[in-house]
Amino acid sequence: MTRLAVPKTYKLYIGGKFPRSESGRTYEISTAKGEFVANVAKASRKDARDAIVAARGAVKGWAGATAYNRGQVLYRIAELLEGRRAQFVDEITRLEGVSAAAASAQVDEAIDRWVWYAGWTDKHAQVAGNANPVAGPYFNISVPEPTGVVAVIAPQDSSLLGFVSAVAPPLVTGNTVVVVASEQLPLSAISLAEVLATSDVPGGVVNILTGSPAEIAPWLASHADVNALDLVGAGSLEWIDLQVAAADTLKRVLPPEEGPDAAAPSLDRISAFTETKTVWHTKSMV
Amino acid sequence: MSFLEYAPAPESRSILKLRDAYGLFIDGEFVEGTGEGFATISPADESHIATISAASEADVDRAVAAARRAYERTWSKMSGRDRGKYLFRIARLVQERARELAVAESLDNGKPIKESRDVDVPLVAAWFFYYAGWADKLDYAGLGASPRALGVAGQVIPWNFPLLMLAWKIAPALAAGNTVVLKPAETTPLSALIFAEILQQADLPPGVVNIVTGAGATGAALVSHPDVDKVAFTGSTGVGRAIAKEVAGTGKKLTLELGGKAANIVFDDAPIDQAIEGIVNGIFFNQGHVCCAGSRLLVQENVHDEVVDRLKERLSTLRMGDPLDKNTDIGAINSRAQLDRIRALSKIGEEEGADRWSPDCVIPENGFWFAPTIFTNVQASHRIAREEIFGPVLSVLTFRTPAEAIAKANNTPYGLSAGIWTDKGSRILAVADRLRAGVIWANTFNRFDPASPFGGYKESGYGREGGRHGLAAYLAPGSTSPRARQTALAAGATASASAPAGRTPRPLKKGVKK
Amino acid sequence: MMSRTDLQTLPERAVELLGGEPDDTTLRRYLHGLPGVDAVGLEQRAAGLGTRSIKTTSKAWALDKIIQLIDLTTLEGSDTPGKVRSLVAKALTPDASDPTCPRVAAVCVYGDMVPHAVAALGAAHGDPDNGLVSVAAVATAFPSGRASLEIKLADTADAVADGADEIDMVIDRGAFLAGRYGLVFDQIARVKQACRRADGTYASLKVILETGELTTYDNIKRASWLAILAGGDFIKTSTGKVQPAATLPTTLLMLEVVRDWHRATGEKIGVKPAGGIRTSKDAIKYLVTVAETVGEEWLQPHLFRYGASSLLNDVLLQRQKLRTGAYSGADYVTID
Repeated sequence: MTRLAVPKTYKLYIGGKFPRSESGRTYEISTAKGEFVANVAKASRKDARDAIVAARGAVKGWAGATAYNRGQVLYRIAELLEGRRAQFVDEITRLEGVSAAAASAQVDEAIDRWVWYAGWTDKHAQVAGNANPVAGPYFNISVPEPTGVVAVIAPQDSSLLGFVSAVAPPLVTGNTVVVVASEQLPLSAISLAEVLATSDVPGGVVNILTGSPAEIAPWLASHADVNALDLVGAGSLEWIDLQVAAADTLKRVLPPEEGPDAAAPSLDRISAFTETKTVWHTKSMV
Repeated sequence: MSFLEYAPAPESRSILKLRDAYGLFIDGEFVEGTGEGFATISPADESHIATISAASEADVDRAVAAARRAYERTWSKMSGRDRGKYLFRIARLVQERARELAVAESLDNGKPIKESRDVDVPLVAAWFFYYAGWADKLDYAGLGASPRALGVAGQVIPWNFPLLMLAWKIAPALAAGNTVVLKPAETTPLSALIFAEILQQADLPPGVVNIVTGAGATGAALVSHPDVDKVAFTGSTGVGRAIAKEVAGTGKKLTLELGGKAANIVFDDAPIDQAIEGIVNGIFFNQGHVCCAGSRLLVQENVHDEVVDRLKERLSTLRMGDPLDKNTDIGAINSRAQLDRIRALSKIGEEEGADRWSPDCVIPENGFWFAPTIFTNVQASHRIAREEIFGPVLSVLTFRTPAEAIAKANNTPYGLSAGIWTDKGSRILAVADRLRAGVIWANTFNRFDPASPFGGYKESGYGREGGRHGLAAYLAPGSTSPRARQTALAAGATASASAPAGRTPRPLKKGVKK
Repeated sequence: MMSRTDLQTLPERAVELLGGEPDDTTLRRYLHGLPGVDAVGLEQRAAGLGTRSIKTTSKAWALDKIIQLIDLTTLEGSDTPGKVRSLVAKALTPDASDPTCPRVAAVCVYGDMVPHAVAALGAAHGDPDNGLVSVAAVATAFPSGRASLEIKLADTADAVADGADEIDMVIDRGAFLAGRYGLVFDQIARVKQACRRADGTYASLKVILETGELTTYDNIKRASWLAILAGGDFIKTSTGKVQPAATLPTTLLMLEVVRDWHRATGEKIGVKPAGGIRTSKDAIKYLVTVAETVGEEWLQPHLFRYGASSLLNDVLLQRQKLRTGAYSGADYVTID
């Protein structure tokens, strides 16, 4: 007689807590073979609104932390991910229908990519900022600052690696994130939420919505309190309409990317979510 | 009962797991040195801590060979990502064993536990953490795409911040892909040896880091070893000079972090109470055993008396005593030799006509102790205004105008650091512009961060440690860059594209060394 | 503005130091001419003082001293005579299980509760230097200070008449932030006058700066000097009704002002951090800060107080641990 399992409940992750959708809706997730896995929360526009409120509330603390502190927090997340490898491998094999080896490789790469980003927090400003030799008695320096709240439509065809590749870059410089996970492969995202909840990352820094990107994305694109919109996983949506909606509030927008290299790691991805501030100060001896 | 005579608050030594005797750390193992072993003692009471191996020339040769093997077979073939992971592991292990390391450091060096616990060891972890993240990002280091490691680095560090100087050397070297042979100072080998145990716990491939304990001869052997590609030295300007001469013509890359006689400039509009703290921190932190110590106070003449009065009052609550007592502010002088030097120079200060003052201090009977000392009425032509004392001795000079302050501050062969105290931003920036010093602190002093480059102008050395700039010391541009081709040509050999990374062919040695 | 006759009753020290009438311009020139404060340096110094490790005999002494410096406080709209009686009982016998426990320095209540406090104290009412307990009253439209001067003065006079030994007044923060230093000075001086009793003695005046509303350290430094110039006997950080209340850097700064005042005039002014000091550990940091900034002499009820309520029980728990060797719990200390 095999042991009866205790199946997990998959909820949203907003403000450091795990609420069900305020709409009460769920949708079914199945394995690649069609077997029932779980009812996943189907986020509504109100959940998205709440997530953005949480994300905005968390900006001050996260952006105000030292870069060293952010790096420590992000690295700790990688440590916890490493500890939970088996869980992630299991979820990927079930949903994506790939071999354990392939799932393992994806998890390995996701963790290593996260570590790569963690190591950028206290270096980005050194590479993207600089002093400017202006012609006058002024000290002049340009520094990158986080733009604020970043809404992300995660890659839809990757459980974990795509998700991590889209979520980590904005966090490096102090942005907070509201991300819509892959509609059909959402479990890794929620398991990652569990990692976040047990790490030192403050509530509201990362907020994870599961459900229909087609339904949620327009609300993120038009929301006036979102500073940037990453449409990396919105390739199969009416993404041009989303860009148009975002233009009303002049959001910084990144376009969709397809294929296995979607959201590949790059310095660009970090810098895309920053604003450059240039400060002048007079210099005088007398 | 006087509350200010705080009851003893000793940090326990029971956290230490010391061996009676330590070997050299070569190729991932502790091995017996073939030189004559020596004792490391606690400078607070001269008690014996452990017996340390001395590395002979043969041992140094062994260590360099181990580093070379590790470089060729393992480290240069490893991805930056993996090198980074080892460094992250080391950072985490340092954090886990932080208390143990701090106690060992205070015991062996004499510095207050408050400092090793709150400053030294946290910075060590931070340094490894910072450089761990660079290992797989070297394309962004500022040397163009795909810069190369240099190969084997020979590193010699001083006794004033033993573990921190070790971190400053090893972290960037490893991140950049080099392997290392490091010689700790003779009087402070302990924390480096415990660090070697940490490397074993991190499972660092054998030979990537080798630690050879010993005295000056060991250091000389290391620096002059023909199979060392890069030399890094922190210590006195005198020895730095000798190393620079030794290395000339060998093609070895060299960075030096040497002495200083920093000016701490206090203007009449300084935030006065914080300036007093800055002065105290500048020269009495770590007993003044700091290359960048603010050992010259340049105070604007119109506030001289007030500043000196407040300074003396502030010194009355400094506590000198057992380094392992959590309330100690001023610890022991690291060695008898250093104590003698401080005493001699202080005597000279008196003879030169400066006015000497110290707060009342109970000097313990055993150990090496020197009360914090202030010399007022110091002139620029006095030796105590020129020579690095490397102890808790402050020389106070005056100035009238910003221009005069700058002239006096720069009037030294040294150029490591300086401090500026004023409420006026435009003055901070203009004065900073004109000070010839590698590190300038405004309204603060003795702040260090792995992201912030540190190093000197002039005879305080060359090269920077910390920050993106700190990587440059351990990298060469990619093999297809014009500079690399030029280097290869100058070396007098054809640089083929298939030459092993880091092995730049070198010309024949000129002249006889040593 | 006060009349020339009234000016003559001001502490001469103020007029002499200012070199003129304490109006907006003169005060501004003086206060803004004080050396600035570097916040980062100040906070670092406070943090450094906070690393002092006070153990064994030092700790035992410190715990008893803290108790002796507490103004045990209740300042709620819902205060009743019953509540005040309960507070007084606690003030007199902090630890029901240990009669050797010292008494607090004072009870601090709203002005209209003073009669109840005095009655409850009975023969134990008096100078803490003599092992008795004082009555401190908040006044001047505490905590906001937003009322006419007449009301503030009446508030004060009533409390003094009812037997308050000490008055904790609030400054007009709005006036201060608007640069009306003369008005702030004037009000403090007047309240000091209202502290005068029929027999010619004065109740001791603590001036609450409400540092959480002044926000910058430069403001706090200037307000501290202003309060002392105008006649305050104590400078106090906060009402406890606004966050942040007392902090170590703020208190350090105020102690530095008091130290400098002493250097300049020979006079000793008291300091009272109030609000937010809940643990013995924190309270000990304040003792250290006092001792290492102005000297041990200030560790006495006439020169240093804690405005606190829950702090007392935490100190008692610590005290019990020192006595018994085991950690104690909430059931072993009494409610006030």
